[in-house]
Amino acid sequence: MSLDKATVAKIAHLARIKVPEEELDHLAGELSQILTFVEQLNEVDTGNVPPMTSVAAQKLRRRKDEVTDGGYRDAVLSNGPETAEGFYVVPKVVE
Amino acid sequence: MAELTHLTMAGALDGLAKKEFTAVELAEAHVKAVETIRPLNAFITETPDKALEMAKASDARRAKGEAGPMEGLPIAVKDLFCTKGVLTTAASHILDGFKPEYESTVTSNLWRDGAVMLGKVNLDEFAMGSANITSHHGNVISPWSPGEVGNWSRQLVPGGSSGGSAAAVAARAALGATGTDTGGSIRQPAAFTGIVGIKPTYGRCSRWGVVAFASSLDQAGPMTRTVEDAAIMLRSMCGFDPKDSTSVDMPVPDFRAALTGDIRGLRVGIPKEYRVEGMPAEIAAIWDQGIEWLKAAGAEPVEISLPHTKYALATYYIVAPAEASSNLARYDGVRFGLRVEGGSLKDLYENTRGAGFGKEVRRRILIGTYVLSAGYYDAYYNKARQVRTRIKWDFDEAFQRCDVILTPTAPSTAFAIGEKMDDPIQMYLNDVFTVPASLAGLPGMSVPAGIGSDGLPLGLQLLGRPFDEETVLRVGQVIEKAAAVTATPPFMA
Repeated sequence: MSLDKATVAKIAHLARIKVPEEELDHLAGELSQILTFVEQLNEVDTGNVPPMTSVAAQKLRRRKDEVTDGGYRDAVLSNGPETAEGFYVVPKVVE
Repeated sequence: MAELTHLTMAGALDGLAKKEFTAVELAEAHVKAVETIRPLNAFITETPDKALEMAKASDARRAKGEAGPMEGLPIAVKDLFCTKGVLTTAASHILDGFKPEYESTVTSNLWRDGAVMLGKVNLDEFAMGSANITSHHGNVISPWSPGEVGNWSRQLVPGGSSGGSAAAVAARAALGATGTDTGGSIRQPAAFTGIVGIKPTYGRCSRWGVVAFASSLDQAGPMTRTVEDAAIMLRSMCGFDPKDSTSVDMPVPDFRAALTGDIRGLRVGIPKEYRVEGMPAEIAAIWDQGIEWLKAAGAEPVEISLPHTKYALATYYIVAPAEASSNLARYDGVRFGLRVEGGSLKDLYENTRGAGFGKEVRRRILIGTYVLSAGYYDAYYNKARQVRTRIKWDFDEAFQRCDVILTPTAPSTAFAIGEKMDDPIQMYLNDVFTVPASLAGLPGMSVPAGIGSDGLPLGLQLLGRPFDEETVLRVGQVIEKAAAVTATPPFMA
């Protein structure tokens, strides 16, 4: 699989990573190389093979749906680059 | 007291118990050693005050007769484990200034058992790399590098991603260090620096509070200078944790008690597919030597087949980036770390993530995003998960015929910074022997087995059945004793 510049720009946008225009070509080359490498998996017969969901043969545990912890608003916010009045601050989203 | 930094954990525990020295003295010697090895750039954050304070508390506990299994042992912590109030970076620019408000379960377990923290050690950014050359905080240099300190004739890599852990332990600046292993990040650096590193079975160590890379693969484990020390430290790190949904609720054995040296009648699987084309003669020779050592100790080598081995790397380089792209979505410039402003929220996200992630991390997020995107999910991601099942089945079948598997850890000795860097695939090949066990969730350990013609350490890898770390450790110690490697790095604290 060979990715073109436009596709890389699209993926970068999906991943919300700004990639400078002048790096797109080089990146397209690198990503194409990796995709070509992984395509060898097509040689493997996986007809009736279930996709792995967990390496350990165990079911996910369940617990009661109840509050067991919490009340750390200030601790949670303490690492926020910009906070005010107990909230994170972001650029205006709704006009 | 340089000799204190050359002790094993077992030796230090003995000395502390016999009151030959105190935990404070042991910590002081190591704090000094940490300063001495600064040219290696192994530490991102040194915590000398914390170390002395913890050592003082440790001495007090011991005086009261409350000594834990790791009482007073100074260790380094990979900077991927959240440590309360102490900068935690994952070696990424995007976590600038992040001081967690909580402590990871694994480090909590270590402090509960009496260990003392020397600081946070360097790694590849978000643990993505095999040479410790992708850290925002600079490359780590292996203490095995030849030439004058700071002016080395060749700057060797310590391996990765747990490169700071490996360098600190090999250079005698810490008795042990935590590592994490997603595709070989404990085992390969252990092999490159001549130390022991074990990745336990997936689910043994809690992932809670460990910065996530690929959640279905990530496992913590100890890096130490002897197998016995690995057994001591692993026991403290393991344990059920309700806060990690994949933590396994089963008793933690006394791993040290498993080190009986008796491996008579044990069947050691030798996977024929690991004799890869172009394997250096030296690597093949140490592998054969390992087989001979185990045979001499009464074990029985059996040839096994793991037919999907050649597809493991390709599987890994779909599964791991896919999970990483999802895990790393949380770094948005809003809740922690770096923030690069933009006119809109979308610009804020894109600017922050564009500036905050290094090239290797960006590459993997983009690959992950692509293989999970509509139209490609089945062709790449589901296909990889199916092949992963077949790789697991290979191991299940092999373990019908053997009790433990022996392979080389890495396809070469340590290389120099600057080599293998142009081509990401070439770098990925470092993990060819370690990745399959990661995909299958199996315990794996690297043990020092010899010194190559270039004077650098060679490691052998042992893989075990799920939750059978005990056999892995027991056989590992037999190799350690037979190999009796005495060479040490040219630069030590």
